[in-house]
Amino acid sequence: MKPRRFNMRSLILNTGSSLLLPLLVLFSLFLLFRGHDEPGGGFIGGLVAAAAVALKLFSEDYKAARDMLRVHPLQLVGIGLVLATIASFPPLLVGDSFFTAQWWTLDLPVFGEFKLSTPLLFDIGVYLGVIGTVLTVVFTLAEAEHS
Amino acid sequence: MDLEVLVALPIIIPLLIGALSLTLLNNHSAQRWLGAIGTAILLISAVWLLVHTLEVGIQVLEVGSWPAPFGIVLVADMLGAIMVLLASTLGFITALYSLKTIRKRFERFGYYPLLHLLLAGVNGAFLTGDIFNLYVWFEVLLVASFALLILGGERAQMEGAIKYVTLNLLSSALFLTAIGLTYGLVGTLNMADIAVKLASLEDQKMVTVIGSLFLIAFAIKAAAFPLFFWLPASYHTPQVAVSAIFAGLLTKVGVYALYRVFTLIFTADTGFTHEVLLWMGVFTMLTGVLGAAAQFEIRRILSFHSISQIGYMMLGLALFTPLALIGGIFYIVHHSVVKSSLFLTSGLIYRLGGSFELKKLGGLYRKHPGLAILFFVPALSLAGVPPLSGFFAKFILIKAGVEVGSWWAIGIALLVGLLTLYSMIKIWNEAFWKATPEPNPPVPAPTRNGLIYFSIGVLAVLTVALGVFAQPMYQIADIAAQQLLNPAVYIEAVLGRTSP
Repeated sequence: MKPRRFNMRSLILNTGSSLLLPLLVLFSLFLLFRGHDEPGGGFIGGLVAAAAVALKLFSEDYKAARDMLRVHPLQLVGIGLVLATIASFPPLLVGDSFFTAQWWTLDLPVFGEFKLSTPLLFDIGVYLGVIGTVLTVVFTLAEAEHS
Repeated sequence: MDLEVLVALPIIIPLLIGALSLTLLNNHSAQRWLGAIGTAILLISAVWLLVHTLEVGIQVLEVGSWPAPFGIVLVADMLGAIMVLLASTLGFITALYSLKTIRKRFERFGYYPLLHLLLAGVNGAFLTGDIFNLYVWFEVLLVASFALLILGGERAQMEGAIKYVTLNLLSSALFLTAIGLTYGLVGTLNMADIAVKLASLEDQKMVTVIGSLFLIAFAIKAAAFPLFFWLPASYHTPQVAVSAIFAGLLTKVGVYALYRVFTLIFTADTGFTHEVLLWMGVFTMLTGVLGAAAQFEIRRILSFHSISQIGYMMLGLALFTPLALIGGIFYIVHHSVVKSSLFLTSGLIYRLGGSFELKKLGGLYRKHPGLAILFFVPALSLAGVPPLSGFFAKFILIKAGVEVGSWWAIGIALLVGLLTLYSMIKIWNEAFWKATPEPNPPVPAPTRNGLIYFSIGVLAVLTVALGVFAQPMYQIADIAAQQLLNPAVYIEAVLGRTSP
C-alpha cells in the first residue's frame, strides 16, 4: 500500500507562518540574550528557533526549510560546540582557572549597558547546538517522508 | 606559568577537534588531516601531563574557580596521567590507521567527530575528581561508542549493539543509583570528600552495600565475570579500527573506575569487597580464555581474550598490596597496547588474506613475512613470553600473589597464561603456517599498506620496549601504586587539607 500523502498547503498556515517566522526568530534571540540572570538562555532559545524552522517545514516543504537553514544542521552542532569550547579559553589569558566566567561591560549609545561574557558565548554555543540537534531529528524524519 | 591547565587539555583538545571536524561535515580530507594532527597534539599534551605529574605531584584543576568540594575538580594523579597517555597513544595510532581503512561511507556518518568525542569521554573519565562527573563522562563515551559500533548498519552489528546498549544502560542505572545513595549518605559528590566523610560514618554496613553497587556497575563496564557477554557479542562487528580502540580502551575505563573507587573510597571493608573482586577476577580469567579456545574467527578469539585479561587487572586490585597494584597498572598498559595491536593486525590479515575465519586463511607467513612478525610479537607478549611486556606484567602479579599466599589465584593465572599461548599458536598455525586452503578466498586488490604497517609497527615496538625497558615503567607504576595505597595524598591535593 502506498503511504498516503497529506497535502499540507493551507492558506491560513502559509500566511500565518510568514508573519510568525520572523517573530519566532526574534523571540528566540530575545530568550537567548536574556538568559544569564533571568529565565531564558541558549537551550530554550534554541528550541524556539528550531520550532520556527519546523514551522517553515510544515507550511511549505522540506526543501524550503533546508534552503532557509543553508547549512547542514549537524554543522550547526559543530559550530555551537566549537564556540562553547572556545568559551573556556579567555580566563586563561587573564590568569584565572579554566572555565572561570569573564565579564566585560560595554556602554552602547542606544542600548545602554551591555554585558559581554564567556557564559554568553557558551550560551550561544548551546543555542546553535540545540537548533542543530532538533533539526537533525526533524529533517531526518521529514526526509524519510519526502523520498 | 601556571601549568594546571594541562589537566584540562586532554579533554578540551579532542572536544575542539571533534567539533571542528563536525563543522567540516562534507570535507572528508580535512577531517582526516584534523584527525591525525589533532590526536598528535593530544598525544603531546598527554606526555607533557605525565612528565609534569611525575615531577611536581598530583595536579588539581578547579574548573571555573569553584573550590572543592563544591565545584567540579579535574585531578591528574599518576594513574590518571598514565591512563590518559595510553588513551592518547591509542587514539593517535587509530587515527593513523583510519586514514587508510575507513571508507567514505563511514566518514559521511561522522566517523571522525565520533572518534574524537570518544577520546574526550575516555580522558574525562580518567581525569575527573567528581563521582557524578565520572558518570557524565561515562555517558559521553558510551554515546560515542554506540554510534561507532553500528556505523555501517549491518545485521550482526545491530544484534551486538542491542546487547551492548542494554547491559551498559543497566550498568549506568546501577552506577547512578549508587551515586544517589552516596549523596544521600554524605551530601557530597567530590570523590576525595566522599572518602573523608564515609570513613567517619558510623553505619559502615551501608557503605559496603553502596560499594557493592559500584562494584557491579563498573564490573559490567569492564566486562568482568559474570556479566561480560555483551563484549564478545559486539566487539567483532564494527570496523577494525573501532574494535581496536574499544578493546584497548573502553573496558579499561571500567577497570580504571574500579581502581579509583576501591583504593580511594571503599577501603574499609576490604575483607568483603576485595575478596569478591578476587573471585570475580579469577572466574573472568578462566571463562574468557575457555571461550576463546572454542572460537575460530580471529576477532572473536581476540574479544574473548580481552575478557580473560581483564581478570588479571582485577586480580592486581583484589590482592591490594603495593606489588599487586604495580602489576595491575603494568598489566593495563601492556594489555591496551598489545590488544589494540592484535586487532589492527587482524584488519590487515583481512586485507591481505581475504577473511577473518581461520579455516579460510593460510600461508600468510610465506606471502607476507612482515605481517607475520607484526602478529607474532604482540601475540607472544599477550601470552607472557619474556622479554616482552606481557611477561613482566604477569611476573609482577604472580610474585605479588605468592607474597600474599593466594595460591588458587596464582595457579589459575598461570593456567590461563598457558591457554592464551594455545590460542595464539592456534591463530599462528592456521593463518600463517598451514598451506593456503583451496579455494582461495577472494583477496582484495593490493593497495599501499605502508601507513597501516607503520601504525601497527609502532605498537609492536611499544610492547617490546615495555619489556626491555621494564624498569622505568615499573618505577612509574610504583609511584602510581603508592599514591593509590595512600589516598591521604590525593585527598590533600584536592581538598587542601589532610583528612581528620
